[in-house]
Amino acid sequence: MTGAGVDEVAEQTGTVTSDVGATGRRRLGRRQITGVLFAVLGVILIVAVAPSITSETKSFAFESPPDPLQFSFSPPTLIVAVGVLYLLSAVAAFSPQRFDGWAGRLHLFSAISAVPLIMAIALGLSGSSSTNVTNLLDESLVLATPVALGAMTGLWCERSGIINIGIEGMMLASAGVGFMSFALLGAASSVAWLWVAVLVAILTGGLLALLLAVLSINFGINQIVAGVVINLFALGLTGFLRSEVIVPNGNSKGLSTTEFGVPLLSRLPILGETLFQGKPIHYAMYAVVGLTWLVMFRTAWGLRVRSCGENPHAAETLGIDVITVRYQAVVVGGFIAGMAGAWFSLESQSGFEDNMTNSAGFIALAALIFGKWTPWGAFAGALLFGFARALGSRLQFLQVEIGGFGIPSEFFQSLPFVVTIVVVAGALGRSIAPAAEGQPFRRSK
Amino acid sequence: MGESDSLQGKIVKAWSVQPVLVPLYAILLSFIVGGVLIAIIGVNPFEAYWALVRGMVGSPDRVAASIARSVPFVGSALALALAFRAGLFNIGAEGQLLVGGILAAWVGTFSFLADAPGLVAIPTVLIAGAFGGLVWGGVPGVLRARTGAHEVISTIMLNSVALFIVRWIVNSRDPVILRDTAASVPRTEQIADGAVLPQLVDSEPNLHFGLFVMIAVAVVLAFVIARTTFGFEVITVGTNPNAARYAGINVNRIIVSSMALSGAFAGVAAASEVSGTNQFFQPGTFAFIGFDGIAIALLARANPVAILPAALLWGSLLAGAPLMQQEADVSIDVVRIIQAMVLLFVAADAIVRYLFRVRDQGGRHIDATNAGWV
Amino acid sequence: MTVDERVPVLEVRGVTKTFPGVIANEDVDLVLHHGEIHCLLGENGAGKSTLVNTVFGLYQPDAGSIHVRGEQVRFGGVSDAIDAGIGMVHQHFQLIPVFTVAENVILGNEVTSGPFLDLNAARERITELGTRYGLKVDPDAKVGDLSVGEQQRVELVKALFREADILILDEPTAVLTPGEVDDFFSVVRSLVDQGKSIVFITHKLREVLTVADRITVLRGGRVAGTADPSSATQQSLANLMVGRDVVFQVEKGESAPAEVRIAIDGMSVEDDRGVLTVNELSLKVRAGEIFGVAGVEGNGQRELVEAVAGMRPKVGGHVELLGRNATKLSPREITELGVAHIPEDRGKHGVVGAYSIADNVVLNRYHHRPFSRRFIRDRQAIASEAETLVERFDVRTPGVDVPIQNLSGGNQQKVIVARELSGQPGAILVAQPTRGLDIGSIEFIHNQIIALRDEGAAVLLVSAELDEILSLSDRIGVLYRGRLVGVFDTAETSREQLGYLMATGAASDAEASVV
Repeated sequence: MTGAGVDEVAEQTGTVTSDVGATGRRRLGRRQITGVLFAVLGVILIVAVAPSITSETKSFAFESPPDPLQFSFSPPTLIVAVGVLYLLSAVAAFSPQRFDGWAGRLHLFSAISAVPLIMAIALGLSGSSSTNVTNLLDESLVLATPVALGAMTGLWCERSGIINIGIEGMMLASAGVGFMSFALLGAASSVAWLWVAVLVAILTGGLLALLLAVLSINFGINQIVAGVVINLFALGLTGFLRSEVIVPNGNSKGLSTTEFGVPLLSRLPILGETLFQGKPIHYAMYAVVGLTWLVMFRTAWGLRVRSCGENPHAAETLGIDVITVRYQAVVVGGFIAGMAGAWFSLESQSGFEDNMTNSAGFIALAALIFGKWTPWGAFAGALLFGFARALGSRLQFLQVEIGGFGIPSEFFQSLPFVVTIVVVAGALGRSIAPAAEGQPFRRSK
Repeated sequence: MGESDSLQGKIVKAWSVQPVLVPLYAILLSFIVGGVLIAIIGVNPFEAYWALVRGMVGSPDRVAASIARSVPFVGSALALALAFRAGLFNIGAEGQLLVGGILAAWVGTFSFLADAPGLVAIPTVLIAGAFGGLVWGGVPGVLRARTGAHEVISTIMLNSVALFIVRWIVNSRDPVILRDTAASVPRTEQIADGAVLPQLVDSEPNLHFGLFVMIAVAVVLAFVIARTTFGFEVITVGTNPNAARYAGINVNRIIVSSMALSGAFAGVAAASEVSGTNQFFQPGTFAFIGFDGIAIALLARANPVAILPAALLWGSLLAGAPLMQQEADVSIDVVRIIQAMVLLFVAADAIVRYLFRVRDQGGRHIDATNAGWV
Repeated sequence: MTVDERVPVLEVRGVTKTFPGVIANEDVDLVLHHGEIHCLLGENGAGKSTLVNTVFGLYQPDAGSIHVRGEQVRFGGVSDAIDAGIGMVHQHFQLIPVFTVAENVILGNEVTSGPFLDLNAARERITELGTRYGLKVDPDAKVGDLSVGEQQRVELVKALFREADILILDEPTAVLTPGEVDDFFSVVRSLVDQGKSIVFITHKLREVLTVADRITVLRGGRVAGTADPSSATQQSLANLMVGRDVVFQVEKGESAPAEVRIAIDGMSVEDDRGVLTVNELSLKVRAGEIFGVAGVEGNGQRELVEAVAGMRPKVGGHVELLGRNATKLSPREITELGVAHIPEDRGKHGVVGAYSIADNVVLNRYHHRPFSRRFIRDRQAIASEAETLVERFDVRTPGVDVPIQNLSGGNQQKVIVARELSGQPGAILVAQPTRGLDIGSIEFIHNQIIALRDEGAAVLLVSAELDEILSLSDRIGVLYRGRLVGVFDTAETSREQLGYLMATGAASDAEASVV
């Protein structure tokens, strides 16, 4: 082979972007592994699962009784259908490269179809004949709220280069301080003060984020340690405030934000209520996710934030004040965590309990990584967790059984965690995190 | 100002307290912060602290209780410390404690242990606990080594999974798995008498032989890190994995073995609690022990011997707090705030050095955690 | 803009800059006139980068002043320098691999319409600049996917986008192939023709004489002299640079090659991104000879050495070391065979910075007697070994328990050399052994390598410095895009022949197979 020939080969392999280039060469790429997984699942569904499930007609209801709109089906048929879809996905995974786009879409569709699949299996195994799926969707979205917000907090911090393991603490402190101010100022019963309290919660989140910024940016202390400090501090502070301020004050329960519906739209059938009727912080979450995407990827400031997370020294040589940008991004993230905190103590319920965020901040971190540090990906991750939690309690209610053995709701509740591990492990050696994350930055002098 | 001239300098010289100067000042500073907070709610901080101190060391029983509270923290902090040394961040001690604990509690009810002598039964239970933690810590290690999945994520996930599993195992009534159906709260059955660790002081909580187990583990780990080839390999991987690979060290093996061993420490701690304190397993018992282990290990800068006093501080503050609440009517959560402050000031030692004019000795700072996500 | 051509566009007067413990620049003067290329020449560590970073506002000078177009300026930061029309292409590119070219170019100087980025306008600007200055780049390409030469163009476009008319180029040719260097020089000339003025930093004498209008030589942070390219010679510049007469030749006797110790047969290796970087390469190194691998960096050198050392998997071919099949052996097994390895990246692979010299000396044999017995390390034995080697290899240090990161690069490298060469290896892999070192350390290390050859070791030497290859090697192979495109006896080749091969890889098939 002549030099020119080598030349061409190198050029080709060099310019193909990472995904295809890497997998094209490897013996089994990510897509192929996914394909094998789909094939195995498909066969299991068709051969093992479908025959063992009752063929009694079951239905998904889309509205509340009486006389709900519903979709009736025989569980084995639906399961076989999904199984066939999975087999198709498996075939697509091994198709020539030019069909990659289609294979990707098919895989996404297959992944989404896991939702009706699980529901169908669960219904088939339970004694009930119908379950309301819009409700389930609604619950999933609501439960995804703090996780999605927390993931946006993480996104803002980490995209700017600061690891934030203190999301949990920021949320918890905001929940506590937010409710405390409501109890003190508005006796937990005035609507106007409720909104002030939400604002206080948001500011509290910002304040703790400022602490993270000072510790990790100015003092250059390890960012993971700084996060741990914030979590510990929030736990102590809120416990202290609850027992010293909230409880003595006597207003430990009260109002919370109320539902509102978009006129007309909320009366649309099926999804109207789910999408157009809800509580304000829940709605704000969608706005936060959308705005995060818009600002981060479409504005000059967002570009600068991302540059600080990727290569702060390059940013510095272009006259960008890395430290200021990081401060701004971290504090914005803190405000968002504050909203999540407010969701806990002022929207989801009115009141504050010790450790009421219950690891949502850590789950948000997982959702962020699940979503590869992108707003929509992280949102999808949050939805997965929300759905799993909603499903967990739904299945507890339905009492799913296999051979007289009840499937514990814990099984479904732990699913998203297992899925996250599989996803993170499956992202084989692809460094997708912002490159400069966790590295202290010093100005040149 | 020459350091040797000042009073501080003299003390430093005479007692060679330089290495602990920063932590000592950090603790002092944290109590000042806590005191301000107590004063704000209208309580005399000195009274509150006096009650706290008496709660910690006011009587032999209180001392024993303080030590007893500290024992499990030693295990979880050692778990963190070993992982830190290997450049890994094991947030999963919480889950490893749960899995180790439930396994120990289960093995402890095996019928053959009922008649076995303590010399057989106790190690069996402890090893069962260690094995549970070993598996639960080893999995993220394998994932990290084989696929690059960051251990922070996988351990956080496994914490939740472990919690769901043990909850189910302990709570489930239909079918009954390990639940003691006779008990009013969800818990496992009592372990065999022979498998119970010898008791030392009947304080609240009781002090048991687990104390010596934990001290022994700490000393052994200190020796392993400082003097053995395995310790050298672990630290080399933690400090510069590329150089470790170049030097012929099997980096993946070290990652897996330090995570597994780290989990085993947590597992032993859980087993010693199951066997020494409650004699049964209850999921809530281990809440926060793993997370506090992070703070304690950081406070001790991942030094196994320094973990002993750090854990003692942690445990005795928690043990003393209820008396402060009782007598001075100050929420026990003040202690949590003080703990956070201690960690803060130790980590951000620049603050302490500035306030107290402590010189930085430089020297071999081994940064416990250096990893980002990838 | 009117330009008074007699006033220097940039003037540095008496600039001093110190870092803790180091005087990086002392009383440095530099004058750059409109439309000229001013070369700043100096050894590694002579203070060239510090000086230009000061001019670019990254550092604040301790003393002295900087004048732009006759007016004194004080840059509080980079933005001030950029506003004053100064642009810089850094030695290590300051690019963000995951961003597109357009995003990299506008970063910090964003084009917006309303609140949003206007990437279309940016693309137009970049294309227009590209046509004007001969810097063609695809605005939508991801920078991480570009070749080094293309990335450099992006850097230049970045500076031009900010309307810089004083361009500082810090070692711009270090990463380019000789062919790319020629292209680059023509770009530089076209920039000058269009009214830009350029400070060009390099340590390569040939380039200076090709491109410079004026030369300033730095040595030890001070100006060692200025020169006129029409009258200067390489020798005179080298003497100015080093401060004494430089011997370009290393003393070395005839080689006496014996049995084959390193045999690579059809080996293929991938880089970190999974791109085939070493392509069915074969070579043999005999006992008692030094085989030099010449080539522009990035042609597979790193992967070649790492694969032979067992640190990187091979996707094809065989490797035999000291007569044993070593294709699948681990780094440890290869070390135990008696193969030493001086790695390319000192800080990354060669030493553990926080460790003492003693621990670094036993870094790859800590598990052997006498350094440990039954898994327990013997610190006494380790320290005494370190003391012996520190003495023998002339490592300048206050003691063996000093963290190695406190030592200079030259002394760190001597510790590595001591560790690797003291064990009487039968074969040794040497990668970039003298990068970034001072002349004294370079001579010392060269002599050690030759002494080892004379004792009968087989040496595989990889270096980006053609001079080093020429002066040490008995045979030379040229690596081009993962293949050896020619192998020669040193006596029978010339710098010109090698340079041409390095640049083009154009050797006939017959020549390439002579291995």
